Amino acid sequence: MTGFLALEDGTVFRGESVGAEGFAAGEAVFTTGMSGYQEAVTDPSFAEQIVCFTAPMIGNYGVADARSESGRVHAKAVLMREARGPEWTEWLHERGIVALSGIDTRSLVLKIRDLGSMRAVAVAGGGSIEEAVEAARALPPMEGRALAAAVSTTEPYVFAEDGRARVAVVDYGVKSSVLRRLAAAGAAVTVHPHDVGADELAGYDGVLFSPGPGDPGPLEPQVATMRDLLGRTQVLGICLGHQVLALATGHETFKLPFGHRGANHPVLQRADQRVLVTSQNHGFAVRATDTEVATHVSLYDGTVEGLEFPELRARSLQFHPEAGPGPHDAWPLLEHWVDEVAANA
Amino acid sequence: MPRRTDIETICLVGSGPIVIGQAAEFDYAGCQALKVLREDGFRTVVINSNPATIMTDPGFADRTYLEPLDLESVADVLRRERPDALLPTMGGQTALNLARELAESGVLDELGIELIGAPLDVINRAEDRQLFKDAVESCGLRVPSSRIVTDIDQIEELGLPAVVRPAFTLGGHGGGFASTREELRKQVDIGLRESPIRQVLVEDSVRGWDEFELEVVRDRLDNVVIVCSIENLDPMGVHTGDSVTVAPQMTLPDEAYQELRDAAAAVVRAVGVDTGGSNIQFARSRETGDVRVIEMNPRVSRSSALASKATGYPIAKVAAKLAVGYTLDEIPNDLTGTTPASFEPTLDYVVVKFPRFAFEKFPGADRTLGTQMKSVGETMGIGRTFAEAFQKAMRSRELDAGAATPWQTLADVPDGVHPFFVEEIWRIQEALLEIAGSDVEQFVADDWLRLKRLGISDSDIAAAADVPETVVRARRRDCGVRPVYRRVDSCAGEVEAASNYYYSTWGEAEEAAPTGAKPRVLILGSGPNRIGQGIEFDYCCVHAVWTFRELGYEAVMVNCNPETVSTDYDTSDRLYFEPLDAESVLAICDRERPEGVVIQFGGQTPLKLARAIEEAGYKILGTPYDAVDLAEDRERFAGLLRAHDIRSPGWGMASSSDEAVGVANDIGYPVLIRPSYVLGGRAMRVCFSDEEVREVPVLGRVLVDRFLEDSVEIDVDALCDGVDTYVAAVMQHVEEAGIHSGDSSCVLPAPGLSPAQQEEIQRTVRTLGRALGVVGLLNVQLALTPAGDLYVLEANPRASRTVPFVSKATGVQLVPAACRLAAGARVGDLGLPRERPPKQWSVKAAVLPFARFAGSDPVLGPEMRSTGEVMASAADLPTALAKAERAAGRTLPHEGAVFLSIRPVEQKSAVPIAATLAGLGFRLYATEGTAATLAGAGLDVEAVRKLSEAEGDELTVIDLIRRGRCDLVINTPEGRNARSDGYAIREAALSRRVPCITTIAGAAAAVHAIANARAEQTLSLQERIDAETRTA
Repeated sequence: MTGFLALEDGTVFRGESVGAEGFAAGEAVFTTGMSGYQEAVTDPSFAEQIVCFTAPMIGNYGVADARSESGRVHAKAVLMREARGPEWTEWLHERGIVALSGIDTRSLVLKIRDLGSMRAVAVAGGGSIEEAVEAARALPPMEGRALAAAVSTTEPYVFAEDGRARVAVVDYGVKSSVLRRLAAAGAAVTVHPHDVGADELAGYDGVLFSPGPGDPGPLEPQVATMRDLLGRTQVLGICLGHQVLALATGHETFKLPFGHRGANHPVLQRADQRVLVTSQNHGFAVRATDTEVATHVSLYDGTVEGLEFPELRARSLQFHPEAGPGPHDAWPLLEHWVDEVAANA
Repeated sequence: MPRRTDIETICLVGSGPIVIGQAAEFDYAGCQALKVLREDGFRTVVINSNPATIMTDPGFADRTYLEPLDLESVADVLRRERPDALLPTMGGQTALNLARELAESGVLDELGIELIGAPLDVINRAEDRQLFKDAVESCGLRVPSSRIVTDIDQIEELGLPAVVRPAFTLGGHGGGFASTREELRKQVDIGLRESPIRQVLVEDSVRGWDEFELEVVRDRLDNVVIVCSIENLDPMGVHTGDSVTVAPQMTLPDEAYQELRDAAAAVVRAVGVDTGGSNIQFARSRETGDVRVIEMNPRVSRSSALASKATGYPIAKVAAKLAVGYTLDEIPNDLTGTTPASFEPTLDYVVVKFPRFAFEKFPGADRTLGTQMKSVGETMGIGRTFAEAFQKAMRSRELDAGAATPWQTLADVPDGVHPFFVEEIWRIQEALLEIAGSDVEQFVADDWLRLKRLGISDSDIAAAADVPETVVRARRRDCGVRPVYRRVDSCAGEVEAASNYYYSTWGEAEEAAPTGAKPRVLILGSGPNRIGQGIEFDYCCVHAVWTFRELGYEAVMVNCNPETVSTDYDTSDRLYFEPLDAESVLAICDRERPEGVVIQFGGQTPLKLARAIEEAGYKILGTPYDAVDLAEDRERFAGLLRAHDIRSPGWGMASSSDEAVGVANDIGYPVLIRPSYVLGGRAMRVCFSDEEVREVPVLGRVLVDRFLEDSVEIDVDALCDGVDTYVAAVMQHVEEAGIHSGDSSCVLPAPGLSPAQQEEIQRTVRTLGRALGVVGLLNVQLALTPAGDLYVLEANPRASRTVPFVSKATGVQLVPAACRLAAGARVGDLGLPRERPPKQWSVKAAVLPFARFAGSDPVLGPEMRSTGEVMASAADLPTALAKAERAAGRTLPHEGAVFLSIRPVEQKSAVPIAATLAGLGFRLYATEGTAATLAGAGLDVEAVRKLSEAEGDELTVIDLIRRGRCDLVINTPEGRNARSDGYAIREAALSRRVPCITTIAGAAAAVHAIANARAEQTLSLQERIDAETRTA
């Protein structure tokens, strides 16, 4: 079965359908990680997005339940130069995911790089190009979209019963890796919905605001909760959580032209001038207003990668210290945070 | 942090001659390092004995020393140059070992020289098995455990499966593999009996485990970047240099890959490499996920060169900058210009490396692949998919017809290859099977596209469909199916990169096409290193690129050898990393529309494409194809020689053994038999009788030449503009005619020529240059018979193996001159110095890989077997000769005992040689016949039994050599019986590393050198060239 991807500017990329039949609409983005395809598509941060892998062969080593970062596939569709199956493609098919192979991914990437992320529709099976382009144009832009609620747990749950520190995770679209790393670092972990109240959170030794999809801009209730909580316990924000912390402390966020998604971005840790090779997945970033608070800076484009507010006992990271997929260079940052939380518990 | 200011002069040690395991990758690394160090204002000194390297070009370092890479001469250079620092990480194991010797002998301390890149303790921790094991275990990782066993009862507590390695046996003889307790008992028992010291090493076997390599760089702030992961298709047990490898790794899930990444970083930190690049090898069990650290190279390596070419991340350049104090965040990425070196490369394509073997050169040698490397070169293919990259690399090998090799065809997948790859390869085979039953005339665009996207070449489609390749290409193009070119940019397109590094793929959009008003030339490289076509041709290509750029052209390079300087994207205006076949080269021509294609610098490889290039309407720049054909086609060439009254040995063609015998009898014995169009004397054989002629297999047509016995061989390199000829060098071979010119030592100026002979040679070469219509380089090989008659053996209208040697010995840069001629200049325009023999003596000596090929006879012959060469210069010939032999790893003894075994016809000629040695105080041993002749001449000689004559416990030649009681062996072969006594003698010498000379002429030269070599002030190449050109 053939398929195609239609971009909002009318460009069409043809491919072969290797997943479910039908169509999927979302923001077309690319990720440059060379391994970890299953982790990527199950990462809630890819909600409402069509993911293009720059690595040319995807599916080589099959699938395994343990690798999923959440209970389902969040990417709306998957674009690959060469899909390898059958495990991976069947897995996508079973989950109803539109997946196209044989796509000229490099041309798509160069286009997105030059023109910015674009709204797109992926069609598996027959379909009209014109209608697909129209549908892409009819999509709401990612800017202004609050998506955390849609991917967050609705009920609190305990992930790790025992630990040397009691940590709450606010689920904006949390990945299993975050929870696993916290537990591995010795934390007792309870996960709360995105709209949990500050008073509830204040009772924990530390609160981690998780990564998640969408624009942080419209997350006003979450920002308000953050503001309410700051100073009452120790706080760590990761990715979207980092952006919410920034907004709560008076910073601004903005949409990056095409985001940072991959496993190779160097980040300078200013305190000791160390370079961390990091896992990244974000379409928005914090505007550098007062560069002095930036603890981490991207060596790729100079954007803010970390903030610290000692008086508020809060800090945050734009990249993913939990990795999954990606390098483990920043694992110690999570571990140290748990150490600190435990020390001050 | 900026660079260190406390050092001014840095000395870099190269890797010496090309040998198996150490090839052009260290020239590439050294060049990159020298370039960045000089840009940074450091004064540089380089020491390397290999003249065919770019790094030893006079313009590449401030001071260049073509000296033997041993403690003595390197220390001499250091004493003379007084560098502040020594960078030992660019010259392979050779440089690292030298650095250790220099440090341990106190030379570095004495001169106050700092080891940068890898200090002594780091070298020791990486190289010493116990220290390395401790370092690995200190970070919670494991190496395969091993134990020394001296008694069969010690095996009970050992783990299984295991590898048993007896101590002190050659080539792992007596060793084996055991997976049960019973097998282990048996293997250890055999091993103990085979080992002369009754000792075996029993090692945890990781045979069959998957093998991965990671290329790591670390700076002094402890930042670590993984440049590339490489996965071996051949599992553990096959040396990584002999394995087909792929980058990035293809079969590990992220969690498993990150485990290796963490382990690599931990090992680099534990060993302590803090300013440079390292390569770490892992074994991983596919079933259990267990990981063992196999080894680490605290330096740039063959794999790091591959990783650099695979990713576009210049590891050697970055490592050199780290060594002088920069950190990873300060060094920019060349390809993007905007991102730092700490940005880990990410690939949106696949890279495959294939080894290139030359087993056909070593009949009798064991072809099983194992832990000792046997390949002589490598190719790399880049494609968007594994299948594309795999087939590009595979066909880039340019296998000789009939030569057997591992992975000969797609179907030859060895055991243990990961199922992922097996399936990928099967997919290709399936498509090829389908073609067999179909008609290419009926193919539509989608059919073509499907095949091409599987990476199948036009020639494979042609073979499968049984139609000519040209037909396949024409039909495919009629359907509009052509390749597109993609950039290697190190970032998968995430950052805009103005990279000039391209590969082809199919069915995608084209990356920006080349623009610019400059005329373009396409320079075709020489493909994988192999015996007969080595790094010297890459040297020529690199000079050609530079010269054409200087002349105002855009120089576009095509090559597929990842080791080389020519495939550094820094070298040319654009680099196409593609196979050197008609399909790829013509497609690049169609994209580049060059003013001309340059084919005379890449050895035989580009010549094979000349006709196709001309037929496609592109111009060959320089010597036209017809001149090549005129020189290569024996009938045409013989006619040309006759027309100009030039003597050549009698010859004839034969297509059967009977015909060959007939021709041999017509022209007279001895004869030289060889197939036409050969490189490196492949399958050549000298025959003295009808019986010997009948032993030669006749495949297709063979040439039967009169063999000029006892002649002196002369090699000439010249420049010609089609009319006028400049004779740049007249060289004389040390070994007589019949020994391949590539294996013979070569002396410049020629010591044995009278002025009249010199003049006759020059006249002959001038006549040939004009008659052939050569525009560029011309190499002529001639023979001077004992009677003084001059014969032309062959003419090669292209760059020869001796071009770098001649350029360095005379100071006349031949390749730039040839390029100017190709671009239209006349010889008279070039401003060349007057033709005259150089004042200093230079010797080029060959380095032979016999030790790697247990079972093959280490004797020189008409078939070339050397992998590399060294050069030495001095004020007199014996000193230059002695130094060249030293540089080649065959240091001539000054005292001790010499053993002679000379075939009867040459025994008389051996007398003066033996007399000189006796006069120098050497004790003489000889086999009975030789001893009788020498004794008859009044020499004091002790007769020793041959192996075949020995009775009981009698002392034989072999014992003499094995017990180290012999310092030099002179043994001329008596026949072709590989299992003869001569063979046993030579093999014993080889394994004891006793210099073994197999020709009388070689022995005479060696003895002359032993008798007359002097200690001489070490001089740099710059000083030598200055002396040559000043007196010119």
